[in-house]
Amino acid sequence: MSAVGISKSPTGIGGFDDLTLGGVPTGRPTLVCGSAGCGKTLFASTFLIHGARQFDEPGVFVTFEERPTDIVANVASLGFELDTLIAEDKITIEHILVDPIELAEIGEYDLEGLFLRLELAIDAIGAKRVVLDTIESLFSAFNNPAILRAEIRRLFDWLKDKGMTTVITAERGDGSLTRQGLEEYVSDCVILLDHRVNSQVSTRRMRIVKYRGTAHGTNEYPFLIDEDGFSVLPVSSLALDHKVHEDIITSGVPDLDAMIATGGFYRGTSILISGVAGAGKSSLAASFANSGCAGGERVLYFSFEESSAQTVRNMRSIGINLQPWLDADRLRHIAARPTFYSLEMHLAVMLREISRFDPSLVVLDPISALLGSGDQQEVQAMLLRIVDFLKNRGATAVFTHLAHSQEGAVATDAGMSSLMDAWILMLNREVNGEFNRELYLLKARGAAHSNQVREFVMHSDGIRLLPPFLGQGRALTGSARRAEEARVRREEIIRTKEVGRLRLAANERRRVALARIEQLNAEIEASEHELHLMEDAETEYLRQSGRDLKEMEASRRA
Amino acid sequence: MQQKTKKLVLYVAGQTPKSLAAISNLRRICEEHMPGRYVIEVIDLRQNPKLAREHNIIAIPTLVRELPVPMRKIIGDLSDEEKVLVSLRLGEE
Repeated sequence: MSAVGISKSPTGIGGFDDLTLGGVPTGRPTLVCGSAGCGKTLFASTFLIHGARQFDEPGVFVTFEERPTDIVANVASLGFELDTLIAEDKITIEHILVDPIELAEIGEYDLEGLFLRLELAIDAIGAKRVVLDTIESLFSAFNNPAILRAEIRRLFDWLKDKGMTTVITAERGDGSLTRQGLEEYVSDCVILLDHRVNSQVSTRRMRIVKYRGTAHGTNEYPFLIDEDGFSVLPVSSLALDHKVHEDIITSGVPDLDAMIATGGFYRGTSILISGVAGAGKSSLAASFANSGCAGGERVLYFSFEESSAQTVRNMRSIGINLQPWLDADRLRHIAARPTFYSLEMHLAVMLREISRFDPSLVVLDPISALLGSGDQQEVQAMLLRIVDFLKNRGATAVFTHLAHSQEGAVATDAGMSSLMDAWILMLNREVNGEFNRELYLLKARGAAHSNQVREFVMHSDGIRLLPPFLGQGRALTGSARRAEEARVRREEIIRTKEVGRLRLAANERRRVALARIEQLNAEIEASEHELHLMEDAETEYLRQSGRDLKEMEASRRA
Repeated sequence: MQQKTKKLVLYVAGQTPKSLAAISNLRRICEEHMPGRYVIEVIDLRQNPKLAREHNIIAIPTLVRELPVPMRKIIGDLSDEEKVLVSLRLGEE
């Protein structure tokens, strides 16, 4: 993969050096072509300034158009202190003024003057890099193109012999890369910059047309010119070799985490939350963000629909307070209308913000909003890049996606479901005249998970997932669930009451029986007593009558 | 015919055939058309390249008519005598 035999000079342009596996070819000319206003001069000056500042390679800026003071002023707005570098003899600006009016051409000539001046400038500061901006201006100054071509070819060869890493800028021509066909002379590296307007949104793109002796991406890559200068988007990695994480992050909804065997989602995965309008996607995404912040992570929240303040306010209503995280700069909320930038710009801005903030969790809410700014294929390509980019960084991604239909909603508009490691499907279903939110974990790669549809309930104290009520042979939600629960409760009460009544009656019967036993016992006792008295009386009678008899016998004898 | 002295500066770079041709062509034309009324200075930029920057010379050879003003520049080996004369407006001034 690395270029054997070709050494490269880094340009210091973010992304470009990755794309070309090191930068522009050292000691060789590189042609940067493009139409007016597409950033050629900026590319060239960034190359030179970074070279002088970071790589200790002094440079000569040969300008054929702008005056040196203008060039210094132009890049000053990007924070490049070119005048300081000039004062330190690290950069020289050589202004080749071409004024066709005062020239007459008689006979043969060459451009040795240009060579001499260039040599002088190069030797004065020991330059390693040269920028020619824009050498085609010479064609307007001199009438003999044959001489010019020969001289330009000689110039490039000469620069090569001197080992100068050179960037040559040129205007885009009709049907050819450059107006004067300079690409014929520069065989090592040709870069095309493009500035397109599509649906009133402008996009800058870059393509490496050729790069001899090295592997390079052949796609068009969007690039950005902003307060940080020129940056090409980090490329989607060609290989799927990102680091795999074993640790788990929580969604902030304990009930949801409990649906997965691992107790949460793997770090560094991509989680898609899709659902219809009002299904609670953003709330769930905010819950992810909140729990991430609470766990000490840095979270970046891109919103394409709501402003920061609006999100904070709305989430407070379900017990998620994001404001402290925002204040502590642990959460960064970036809101941008989808139409504000082109798709590439969005991507560029997002990737740049991610690089800057270095979050471990990124929320995109919702990705479906971007579908309006580009065709499906582009959106998909862009999401793929984001997913790859985040995976390489080991950051977890949470995407929300607005589905327009939930019947058979197992395919997203952007067709990116296969890119996702986990997919939470949120439904909002009408049953018996009311809508109830439901949540289903459609997939979670690498973890066993519940197959149940849960009822998704948002309270002022947070999000809960109620287990479905299984009754009447099906899962019930919402009012139906509550009605069913009430019915069961009522039946239970009636049953309990019945049992109580029966128990009471039995007790009553027992008490009655016992009372009767008591009474009979008393009767037995009374009868026994009476019997006893009778027996006593009988015994007394018998004894008396015996005594009487004896007395009678005695009296009669007497 | 009161004609002012012309000051002509010819910039060359070393002893290249074009430079040598330009020098001899210029000398011949001047001697034929304005003898005694010209001053020619030949500057070899290879000896003194800073002057190329100072005087903004790109092409070699370059002939500069410094006097009389306005300044005029001709590039090339001056092989066409008629054109040189027209360009310098030697006949009129």
